[in-house]
Order: sequence, then structure tokens, then C-alpha cells
Amino acid sequence: MARWVSPLVLLVVWQVVSGAGWVPARKLPPLTTVWRAAVEVSLNGQLGDGLAVSMRRMLVGFVIGAAVGASLGVFAGLWKWGDASVDPVMQMVRNVPLFGLIPLLILWFGIGELPKLVLIALAAGLPIYVNVHSGIRNADPQLVEATSVLGYSRWQRLWHVVVPGAASYTLVGVRLGVASSWLALVVAETIATDSGIGFMINNARDFLRTDIVIVGLLVYALVGLLMDTAARLIERWVLRWRVS
Amino acid sequence: MTGTEAARVRGLVKAFGQRRVLDGLDLTVRRGEFTALLGRSGSGKSTLLRVLAGTDRDIEGESVVGGRVSMAFQQPRLLPWRRVWRNISLGLDVDDPRGVAARALAEVRLEERADAWPGTLSGGEAQRVSLARALVREPDLLLLDEPFGALDALTRLAMHGLVTQLWQRHRPAVLLVTHDVDEALALADRVLVLADGRIAAEHPVPAARPRSVTQQAALRTRVLSDLGVSDHEAA
Repeated sequence: MARWVSPLVLLVVWQVVSGAGWVPARKLPPLTTVWRAAVEVSLNGQLGDGLAVSMRRMLVGFVIGAAVGASLGVFAGLWKWGDASVDPVMQMVRNVPLFGLIPLLILWFGIGELPKLVLIALAAGLPIYVNVHSGIRNADPQLVEATSVLGYSRWQRLWHVVVPGAASYTLVGVRLGVASSWLALVVAETIATDSGIGFMINNARDFLRTDIVIVGLLVYALVGLLMDTAARLIERWVLRWRVS
Repeated sequence: MTGTEAARVRGLVKAFGQRRVLDGLDLTVRRGEFTALLGRSGSGKSTLLRVLAGTDRDIEGESVVGGRVSMAFQQPRLLPWRRVWRNISLGLDVDDPRGVAARALAEVRLEERADAWPGTLSGGEAQRVSLARALVREPDLLLLDEPFGALDALTRLAMHGLVTQLWQRHRPAVLLVTHDVDEALALADRVLVLADGRIAAEHPVPAARPRSVTQQAALRTRVLSDLGVSDHEAA
């Protein structure tokens, strides 16, 4: 309960200072105005359309990035020559600040959907790669030895020892990937876009509709939170064998 | 190798860098025989088991095992993400893995824990599952690498009884590595002492089972002296 007090106080202060006109509504509209704006963009379809576009971007970019990142992680984790060929390149890419790539992505792919998807995919794929790779690398040698004495085939060792052992790492990678690709989506949508939540926000800025800008930000925050919660639930189910 | 032998090792050399942990070791394990292998820490007991298990093939000399090998370790080494019954049946090629696992669990009196996660078992229970997992493979040679070393004294005694029982029922050749002389004398037909990379001493244990410790005081003293421990130190 105590944790709810400070956010509630903050909301009340917000409403009071802007409702009383101490802060101009252009800078910070009162909560009630933000709420009305939320209803407005929901009813006229702006919010729904924007959200659908943004979610699709996120989903497509994330799935591609996760698939590539996980495959490369498995490849580099299982085979020495895979590690030698893939890992140095991935470590190089990982050390380039992601958003520093934006000018290059625009030069390469223009300002359409493609550079956005590439940015989101990179944001998802890199942490997933790193964690899958180290998860496989850190397979418990005692379990590997025991199961090989006990007659597991190579395939059984992979499926019952290495993969589940790497699961907790992988899930950490997925959660980092979700957070970072959502951030990449937000950044990508502020650059050059004619659809999505980012477009709704930029458009509102041009018309000085601070209330709609705030609605857009709240939607970003809410969806990010929901995705993180979903990732946590999946994690709890996959790792249910852990003794609490 | 003859039909009465479960394992045969001749002139085995295993070196880690310059250090020869096993240095020209000879060993024969007969079918159905319970052998205990004693030695100080670092004497190469576990290395020898690893060679017999086939996980260490970087050796000189001859090491042949006639038939299936199976093993239980000091730590139970169960897969924490697979339920108990699957830990037992995974890696087996059988039609009814669940039923096979249930029967194996019944032998170690853990049938009601079949669906538990390994992390919820006590140390003794986990070690019993590990034993059941080793035995369900119907090994001709069962390697036990200090499987009771991490258990408390009471659980250990109960495990001694259980292992004797299971051995009498299934009759695999057993090679038990331990550094507990009393454990070796309680369980084995024959006690070997590993020192300087070879079998330095061999003692048959003639006493009938079940055994008591006091019954074998003289033999205990002799084995301890082979291990470099004099009587008054051990008292």
C-alpha cells in the first residue's frame, strides 16, 4: 500500500498546479484534459490505428531479430568454429551504439518501414544472441558428463541438458530484447513516420496538443509494462522447476 | 578379456601435464563382485572411474569393460528441469518409460515422488533417485563415485543397507570409490588401496553380510596402515 502513496500524491499535485493555472496548459495540461484527449483519440480511431501499426512493427521486428539472434547464439554456442566466425562480428556490432546507426540505416534503407524494422530487430537480436550464446557455453559440465555416461544420445543431451540449462539466460535475453526493441520502436517512430503511435505524438506536437502527446507517452509506457509482465509470466512458467 | 570379468585394466597411464595420476595401473573386476577402491584425496580414484566410464579416453594402456556401464556420482547430478521419473527414464530406449521409472523408484522406496521436481528432494532422496537411475540401465558394471560422501551419517547408514540390497538383487559388478574405510568394509567383497598411481594393496573382506564394524577391527587397522594412517591416529 505504501508504494501507492507517492505516485498518487504526484498525480494530485499535477492536477492542482495545472488545473489552477500555475503552469500553462500548453506545457502541462491537467489530468482531466489528458483523459478527455485519450477518449477523443480512442473514439476517432487515431489511437487504435496507431497502436495497431506500432504493435505490428514491434512484433515483426522482434520476431525477426529474436530468431536471427537466437540461431546465431546456438550456432556460436555449440560449435567452436561457429564461435570463432560469428562471435567477433557480433561483439563488434554490439559495441556500436544502436541509435548511432540511424543515419546509416536511413542512407541504406530510406525512410520507409525497412530501417525501422532493422533497428527494432537489431535491438531485440543482440541481447538475445549474447544470452543464448553464454547460456549454451555455460552448460553444466557435470550434467553433460553424467548424461553421457548414462547413455543419452547427442540429440538427447542437447534437448534435455543444454537447452533447458540455457533457458534462464535466454529468458533474460528475451526480456532485455523486449525492453530494448520497444525503445527502438519509440525512437524509430519519432524520426520519419506517417503512421503509428509515434506519428500520433509528432502530429499532436505540430498542433501544440500537449494532451495528446502525453496520451501517446502513457500508451508507450503501458504497452511496455504489459510486455514486460508477459515476459515475466513466461519466465515463471518455463522455470517452474526452480525451488522458491 | 574372459567371460568372468566385468572390467579389465592393464598398464593404465593417465597424465595431467607432467603429473602421472595413474601410472601403470592394473585392475580386474569380476562379474557380480563388489569392490571398494580406497585412496587419499588426489590419488586418482575418480580419474580411474572416469576412464572406466569412457568419458576420459585420453589415456595410455588398456581399459576394457565387458557390457553396459552406469554410474552414480557424489552429487546426484539430476536434471533439475525434468521431473524425477523422467530423470530415471531419459536416455533409455523402452516402450513404457513411466512404468519402468515407477518400478525403479519403488526399489528405492520413492515411488510417491515420481512427479516431484528434483529440487524439492532431500539429499538422501536425490541420491536414491540417482541410484535408481543408474540401476534401471541394468549395468554389468556399476561405478559409484563417493555417492554417500555428501550425506549425513544416519542417511549414509540407511543407504549402505539399500545399496547392499540392490546389489544382491541385480548383481552388477560394483566399483565403489570412497575414502571411508568403514564404508568399504561394510559393503565390499574386496578392498583395494590406490596409491602412487597403482593398486598398492588388496584385501578380501570375508565377513558374511550383514556386517558389524567391530567384527573387522584387525582388517580395518591393516587397510588404514596401507592408507598411511597409523592406529592411534585413527582411534
